Amino acid sequence: MIRLEKRPSPSRLWTLTTPILAVIATMIVGGIMFWAMGKDPFETIRTIFWDPLFDETFGPYSRPQLLVKAGPLILIAIGLSLGFRAGIWNIGAEGQYIMGAIVGAGVGLAFYPTESVFLFPAMVIAGAFGGWAWAMIPGVLKVKFGTNEILVSLMLVYVAESILASMAQGLLRNPEGMGFPGSRNFARDFPAASNLEVISGTGMHWGVVAAFIAVIFGYVLLSRHMLGFQVRLTGEAPRAARFSGVKPTRLILFCLGTSGALAGMAGLFEVSGPAGQISIDFGSGYGFTAIIVAFLGRLHPVGILLAGLLMALTYIGGELAQLMLGLPAAAIQLFQGMLLFFLLAMDILSNYRIRLTKKGAV
Amino acid sequence: MTGSESAANSPLLTLEGLRKAYPGVVANDNVSFTIRPGEVHALLGENGAGKSTLVKMIYGLVKPDRGEMTLENAPFTPANPAAARAAGVAMVFQHFSLFNALNVAENIALGMDNPPSPRDLSDQITQVSEAYGLPLDPTRIVGDLSAGERQRVEIIRCLLQNPRLLIMDEPTSVLTPQEVEILFHTLRKLTSEGTAILYISHKLEEIRSLCEHATVLRLGQVVDTCDPREKTASELAEMMVGESLHIPTRAKRDLGEVVLHLDGLSLPPSSSFGTSLKDISLELRAGEVLGIGGVAGNGQDELLTALSGEILAPAGAVCLHGNDIGALGPNPRRELGLLTAPEERLGHAAAPDMSLTENALLTGAVRENLTTHGFLKWGSVKDFAEKIIADFDVRTPGPENAARSLSGGNLQKFVIGREILQRPEVLVVNQPTWGVDASAAASIRQALLDLAAGGAAVIVISQDLDELMEISDRFTALNEGRLATPRPAQGLSVEDIGLMMGGAHDMHEAEAST
Amino acid sequence: MDFLSILQIFDSGTRLATPLLFACLAGLFSERAGIFDIGLEAKILVSAFLAAAVATQTGSVWLGLIAGVSASVVFSGIHGLASITFRGNQLISGVALNFLASGLTVLIGQAWFGLGGRTPGLKPAERFLPLELPFAESLSGVPVFGPIYKELISGHTLLVYVGLLMVPLSWFILYRTRFGLRLRAVGENPAAVDTAGISVVKLRYSSMLIAGILCGLAGVYLSTGLGAGFGKEMSAGRGYIALAALIFAKWRPWYALGATFLFGLLEAIANRYQNIDLGGFIVPVQFMQALPYILTVIILAGFIGSAIPPRAGGQPYVKER
Repeated sequence: MIRLEKRPSPSRLWTLTTPILAVIATMIVGGIMFWAMGKDPFETIRTIFWDPLFDETFGPYSRPQLLVKAGPLILIAIGLSLGFRAGIWNIGAEGQYIMGAIVGAGVGLAFYPTESVFLFPAMVIAGAFGGWAWAMIPGVLKVKFGTNEILVSLMLVYVAESILASMAQGLLRNPEGMGFPGSRNFARDFPAASNLEVISGTGMHWGVVAAFIAVIFGYVLLSRHMLGFQVRLTGEAPRAARFSGVKPTRLILFCLGTSGALAGMAGLFEVSGPAGQISIDFGSGYGFTAIIVAFLGRLHPVGILLAGLLMALTYIGGELAQLMLGLPAAAIQLFQGMLLFFLLAMDILSNYRIRLTKKGAV
Repeated sequence: MTGSESAANSPLLTLEGLRKAYPGVVANDNVSFTIRPGEVHALLGENGAGKSTLVKMIYGLVKPDRGEMTLENAPFTPANPAAARAAGVAMVFQHFSLFNALNVAENIALGMDNPPSPRDLSDQITQVSEAYGLPLDPTRIVGDLSAGERQRVEIIRCLLQNPRLLIMDEPTSVLTPQEVEILFHTLRKLTSEGTAILYISHKLEEIRSLCEHATVLRLGQVVDTCDPREKTASELAEMMVGESLHIPTRAKRDLGEVVLHLDGLSLPPSSSFGTSLKDISLELRAGEVLGIGGVAGNGQDELLTALSGEILAPAGAVCLHGNDIGALGPNPRRELGLLTAPEERLGHAAAPDMSLTENALLTGAVRENLTTHGFLKWGSVKDFAEKIIADFDVRTPGPENAARSLSGGNLQKFVIGREILQRPEVLVVNQPTWGVDASAAASIRQALLDLAAGGAAVIVISQDLDELMEISDRFTALNEGRLATPRPAQGLSVEDIGLMMGGAHDMHEAEAST
Repeated sequence: MDFLSILQIFDSGTRLATPLLFACLAGLFSERAGIFDIGLEAKILVSAFLAAAVATQTGSVWLGLIAGVSASVVFSGIHGLASITFRGNQLISGVALNFLASGLTVLIGQAWFGLGGRTPGLKPAERFLPLELPFAESLSGVPVFGPIYKELISGHTLLVYVGLLMVPLSWFILYRTRFGLRLRAVGENPAAVDTAGISVVKLRYSSMLIAGILCGLAGVYLSTGLGAGFGKEMSAGRGYIALAALIFAKWRPWYALGATFLFGLLEAIANRYQNIDLGGFIVPVQFMQALPYILTVIILAGFIGSAIPPRAGGQPYVKER
């Protein structure tokens, strides 16, 4: 009989190895799934995880994409990890991401066709504000009325998507776009408002820079600052946190606000860079995938950095597999879900010791 | 005549060489004794002596590694509590396993193996509660009941199964002296009907007045048996402890000026089953130890959180050195010298999964100057944690260990030490020795007395009246959120204390309802 | 607005409320046992997909129903495994399930039908069709009651009536059976249930099973009763709205009926008035589409204040030694 015994403190070794085990388990089960779909499992896995980086033909195209995809994931996940550590569950980062993009892009488009160098920074701030404000809705409702932030933030994703559709077809529509939905293209038509690559050919745009800064900021905050200590304490033991002098309402607003602002910024960087314009299908699920990134990275800034890169790889690899093997895009979503699931199941190894005992001999 | 005599004397339950070991600790070893029908058999021992494990084996919660049990001449090996109940063994736990949101009858039905229909069950509950003098309304929601009434729910649940052996684990720890009398009356009635009672307690006077036999456990083994009625309390204590305790001594001192002043402090309950504080007033002087007694759940937790600053008080209700601090949170109060140590060690006073270093930071940041501009000085934090561990003899491999890994006594020493080392002007502690072994308890009490001797004012909230009598200058009690007028501890009688604690809850409610 | 259009809105509200009701009751059983389940959404989605897919393949809606419910039960089982056996974070498990469901339905749908994740439209035999209750036509002449009977009460699919029956049934199970008493207890204080010698794990798994079946019915109704086929992401947050309704209903079956009917009605109103003209200003259609979600937020915030969830909700139970 298998018996679980709670460890006195979580095992560091297992905390570090379970994400790797989860990735391996996902590859195995994913491989079986691809095999069931009539694909060669080894080829598929190689196409997703290896070719984007090392294939001679695709590598040069897809390597820069790694940073492009990882940037928003990391930026959002760093924000989410603060809340998750404190037991504040912002599940609606996708909505904040969309709203950040709309507000930031709106500010940019309002000044078309200026060439001022201050425009782009202003758009970044506006994007952060848009995400922050959208996250403040569940925040204020939770603080004032004790409303469940999980459901509210989720509902607001649907609302944000509706607003996005309305904007793309209405207020922000490109007046010269011949009636097609979608805003002006920043990259093509509006250089002052466009999110350029910092180092050409690397995929390193300003959003990626912001993501790296966020990683450092998150690391310093959580390990060196009182506020980060309070965040962790609130998640570990809410009563002890209150006893310690933490003001719960402020902490809730801080965590939700920060994660909203970072998600909003990510949205702005995306819309003004890789996506290029506000369009109906701009919301690409980064806000949800970032939840997986945050957990896969153990809610630790450095872990999130690595997890973000890995998750970006699955996106790129998925696109490649779509192209080369005709694998549907949805397979990657499935893949990501499985990964999160295996991680969750394996978490038990870091918190419990598994002991084998003979049945009946307890 | 001889036949019935021998029937009465033939053992109900015999334990023979029971042993149970957990990784790293032998909880019981070679435990043997006999319980006869109709007797009250005391199981005596300190915390950690192995009483709980032993009764869990009898109740089918734990399987012995070795040894045999015989119930009425038949081998008794209960696989689970249901089997034990079927064999006629019932148990009232120290910590009630009740459901606050359900009513009395639903709670009782949950614990029964074959509950009758709800209407029949209500009738039966009323019947039993009347027969044994334990008033209880089956339709009341358990969350609204007092601790004494909750215990009645557990007892009635047991009695409905007509047990031959009733195990009671520390039944009086939550009762007022008057409620204890009611309980003893019930128990005597039960024994007169032939039910045997295995009574676990460390309250020696109770055992002397109630029990006919006592088995004394120390470190998992039976060290002695006796008839407690023939022993003095101190003889029993010696059997239990085995070594003479370090009894705290206190020097007589003059008290200083008033440092903490509560004036008409009233607060609504913080949760739906919480207690409200009603018009609490007191003056606390430098160098004084004020003991606050009372049954659990009468506002102890609420009073502590109102003093710690977790719950803010109305203007003018809480004053330190004459300054109103009611609107200040925990850290500003700490800065002014008012420190507290809550009852619940894991989760309130300390964060279970965080290291001792981090737990030292939990309250020490302000007074120990552990941050600069919000950035943490981990070196200083670690030094502070190590100082607590060294000064208060906290047994742990080091400050990087999680709070959860410490035993109750060691963690409590850490928590109390953390506050004392910050040189408080006023220290408020709630249940400082609850679940702590005797030697740790003695050293905690001594530390509190030393603190007061050094000129600090100390409030000790505790359910342990012996403890309060030992260390308090003045005594008072909380009852349903009201605080009795403090009186000098010297010369108080048990009756006085009982009245301050509010007497039996039913009498009180009867008064309130008329 | 005339009497008939009011009746029609109520009629449409009833239909739209049915999947919410099933899902809400599923959440009720799950949360009463102490398991928070944001994966209701995932279960609705997989069940809707498989019900439609199997119905169109086999031509039998009943086989579709069995397939849909089974898929939902399997997902419930996975959630149970993660949150009961592996003691994982229930919220994250639910999020993972939602990912799985979104991916799986599109992936398999594409592999089977090649329609970008949709199933082909269902023929009448592959759907649950409206049932005409007896005398609906002959009574329609009776003033007030006639139209109510014909428009509102009669003419729904079997699953709508099943959903309504589930309410008293759930109430009976929860409040009048020993199983229900234990289920309520386990969400309140699992340790005490364990002490009483009742298996917490078994109770929680049974609640997951019930939740799986009910959620499955929600999905089946969505694609074979309300709609005629499966479309990508067709659950559209209904699982989340059901959870909101559950809070609004204070975790009680009869209140759940009221709450889900209210949400269904809101959706019906939003659907009927796609373009409202406020004196020259035309409310955008997207606003009406977002309205049910906005109102959900408002209702969650405004009316709930003192809703107390089951005390042990969301906590994995760890048996003490």
